[in-house]
Amino acid sequence: MSWEPVIGLEIHVQLKTQTKMFCSCELSFGDPPNTHTCPVCLGLPGSLPVANEAAIRFGLKIGLGLGCELAPRSIFHRKNYFYPDLPKGYQISQYDEPLCRGGRLGDVRIHRVHLEDDAAKLVHVGASGRIHGADSSVVDFNRGGTPLVEIVTEPDIRSAERAREWLILLRETMRQLEVSDVNMEEGSLRCDANVSVRRAGESELGTKTELKNMNSFRFVERGIKAEVARQVALLEAGQPVVQETLHFDPQSGSLTSLRSKEEAHDYRYFPEPDLVPVAVTPEMVEAVRAELPELPAERAARYETELALSADSARALAFRPELGRYFEAVLERADGAPAQTVANWVAGELATRLGDADPAQSKVAPDALARLVAMVGEKAVTAGAARQVLDRLVADGGDPAAIVEAEGLGAVGGGDELAGAVRAAIEANPDAAEKVRGGKAQAIGPIIGHVMRETRGAADAGEVTRLVREQLGV
Amino acid sequence: MSDLLALSAAQLAERIRARELSREEVWDTYRERAAADDLNAFLWVAADAPDTGDGPLGGVPFAAKDLFCVRGVPSQAGSRILEGYRPPYTATAVEKIVAAGAPLLGKTNQDEFAMGSSNENSGYGPVLNPWDRTRVPGGSSGGSAAAVAAGQVPWAIGTDTGGSVRQPAALSGIVGLKPTYGAVSRYGMIAFASSLDQAGPLTRDVTDAALLFSVMTGRDPCDATSLEHPEAIRLPSAQDLQGVRLGVPDDVESAAGIEPGVLEAFRATVARAQELGAEVDTCSLPHARHGIAAYYVIAPAEASSNLARYDGVRYGLRVDGDDGLLAMYTRTRHEGFGAEVRRRIMLGTYALSSGYYEAYYGRAQRVRTKIADDFRAAFERFDFVVTPTSPGVAFPLGAKTDDPLAMYLNDFFTVPMPLAGIPAISIPNGLSEGLPTGFQIAGPAFSENRILDAAYALEQAIGFDTAAVHA
Repeated sequence: MSWEPVIGLEIHVQLKTQTKMFCSCELSFGDPPNTHTCPVCLGLPGSLPVANEAAIRFGLKIGLGLGCELAPRSIFHRKNYFYPDLPKGYQISQYDEPLCRGGRLGDVRIHRVHLEDDAAKLVHVGASGRIHGADSSVVDFNRGGTPLVEIVTEPDIRSAERAREWLILLRETMRQLEVSDVNMEEGSLRCDANVSVRRAGESELGTKTELKNMNSFRFVERGIKAEVARQVALLEAGQPVVQETLHFDPQSGSLTSLRSKEEAHDYRYFPEPDLVPVAVTPEMVEAVRAELPELPAERAARYETELALSADSARALAFRPELGRYFEAVLERADGAPAQTVANWVAGELATRLGDADPAQSKVAPDALARLVAMVGEKAVTAGAARQVLDRLVADGGDPAAIVEAEGLGAVGGGDELAGAVRAAIEANPDAAEKVRGGKAQAIGPIIGHVMRETRGAADAGEVTRLVREQLGV
Repeated sequence: MSDLLALSAAQLAERIRARELSREEVWDTYRERAAADDLNAFLWVAADAPDTGDGPLGGVPFAAKDLFCVRGVPSQAGSRILEGYRPPYTATAVEKIVAAGAPLLGKTNQDEFAMGSSNENSGYGPVLNPWDRTRVPGGSSGGSAAAVAAGQVPWAIGTDTGGSVRQPAALSGIVGLKPTYGAVSRYGMIAFASSLDQAGPLTRDVTDAALLFSVMTGRDPCDATSLEHPEAIRLPSAQDLQGVRLGVPDDVESAAGIEPGVLEAFRATVARAQELGAEVDTCSLPHARHGIAAYYVIAPAEASSNLARYDGVRYGLRVDGDDGLLAMYTRTRHEGFGAEVRRRIMLGTYALSSGYYEAYYGRAQRVRTKIADDFRAAFERFDFVVTPTSPGVAFPLGAKTDDPLAMYLNDFFTVPMPLAGIPAISIPNGLSEGLPTGFQIAGPAFSENRILDAAYALEQAIGFDTAAVHA
């Protein structure tokens, strides 16, 4: 009997505005503790929040990027609970009137997107460095008040692997929107997952649990996988899944309960009286829309449908917009070369050589790469020789034809020259030749290798194979 | 010296400007009186006069209710949980007054976190009414009211959430103005109920109220709910009420606990208003009588959240132990907050809790909207709505401390205005049984200039002697 996981994600994205959500303290990471604070983000008596316009713009940009409906009017609520990292005793968040609703990224629907402020950071002093067994805990308020956007998906994800892949798509989307550093290790991207399972084919949702704060893409996948397995085991043993909040420990792979449904906080949400409603004008939306780049999901879809690229190539180019732009520049100059071939050269060969560097900043001009690809297409150089030319282009730049000429990398044509090289190779490998004649086709390797060595890779491997067979009479 | 005490703040400013009085003489006189305070009106008195330059307030000292944050000065909101707390910044309202030339003389006693109508809820002991020291001065800005009434300071500021400027002004025989919500920045005012709190002046006369308010008002980038006043605030000059239409709510005479002497004084002033040319008619505010009920849901709900920050973690009182975080929170808040504050936190927490929100908070907000609609409708027929400020005169200390509901009814006439966000003033309206009563004038949002003019005209006609208790 098969089970279907049903997964929804809640993602917190720290916005990289200049200043905090409700005060003018600078955002920081890794600075000495409590050096970016003021009466507002410390929650001192009498202080009042003022919403950061840039954060609202970033929120709208995310909303547009995810295809959401932007609310012309949204309001902030107070979410009340006591904790030392929460200096006001409440978080300022959005509740039933969020900034954005609906939307879609890839094949996952977005439920809502809202703005809120981040809590401060608790530092547990003591050998363990964790809350349990700490001698004491101290608070660093530098992070407190950082603008956050919370993105809530519909429960549209059906496997842990897909959750991880989708989260990577979301990260790339946020990165290309230039709204966040989206670094899971540093906490600028955080993910909770709501997980339930049901029998395949059922439409009712099972009881869900919430997995908290998995701080890497791998842990998201592993955590969800472990939770799905746990729920399936329970259900198969005839036991119910209990609604609760769980913590995944990546070290041990275990899941521990943080709190049950009964222990869930009553946050006593009510409209934040210190703030006025966020009024979004059509002008604001248009200004934000004008800044919107083509996002990875759209770009990948365009590459797949318009250029017939493979899904992998499309993603590789779309997830790194600089690669995508470079690819399009080469394609434009490649004079009818197949898009997939150009994609392979850009996303494969070139990207491998350049690492994270932007190809537009490299010595390889799109023109040069386009010519090189064309030369391969015309069989003027072999693929192997072209790789050597690319090495030279990456190192020194220049014109591929000139490099081919200077290095003698031109394809060794058919005719006598190549036939002579093949003859010599057969003579040098009598054993292999004998085996091929005896019907062992794969024994041809050493002979071809010999030819390629002698011609320094300039021979066309297909042509060489044909000639070897011809001369051996097979 | 008695000459100097007989002068209003505006007159003092005038004399200082004309060099007939020195700033030092004014400061020293009031500094001495404030330091000798035997009403428990002051919680802190400045040692030296700060240099405040030449502004329109010309060196006339003022006092601020304890809940206004002042950099380096104890700002405790009348609560033990903030005992000795000295903020690192100054409230906008205080900054503006100081920038206009008035030095801060002291911080005044108040009901804890502005929760109270008698000043008996202060963590630092009750304030005595200078008219009768066995009686309360009203609250929650009781220290400011008593200090002005007793001539310990020329003028003061307080805050009004449900009547906390107007009611103590009335009970102490002075003027108190609650401005339009948003007219004065709340930045640096230790919050009680954010959607209701509004700072205002407590002064000897209407002119002083106008002068002080004129420098307090203005949009503040630190308070998102603040607004620029559409009119510059003028000093009042009206001599009559020709053409002014006054509405008297039809339930004034039957209001719970209204004292005959208060009613008599009110009727007399309404009659004077007619003599001055006003047209008077009864008006209906059908939902205003639910104001107390709505107020005592909304204000505690907001307070329960606003006061969550007093948790012993960062500042103020912490009652430590070795039994964990929750126990520290509980002990700190139990010992730091007084009974009335704890009561309101519990009420507010309940009103906001899941399953009760709609029945209490949601419903109270709808009542609030109805009350605002009532006023809007009334102001189509009338320029102002007038009532007694408080149903009774100053009551004896302890008279209502065991009966919170009786205490809450003191706010019957003052609560509807903050719920509607509109301005109102209380002016001295003669005596009843030898104690001051107040006359309240409420107008539409941002009608302060017109309210001040009407109040000024009535003030001249009433002729109340504010210097009566300065001895």
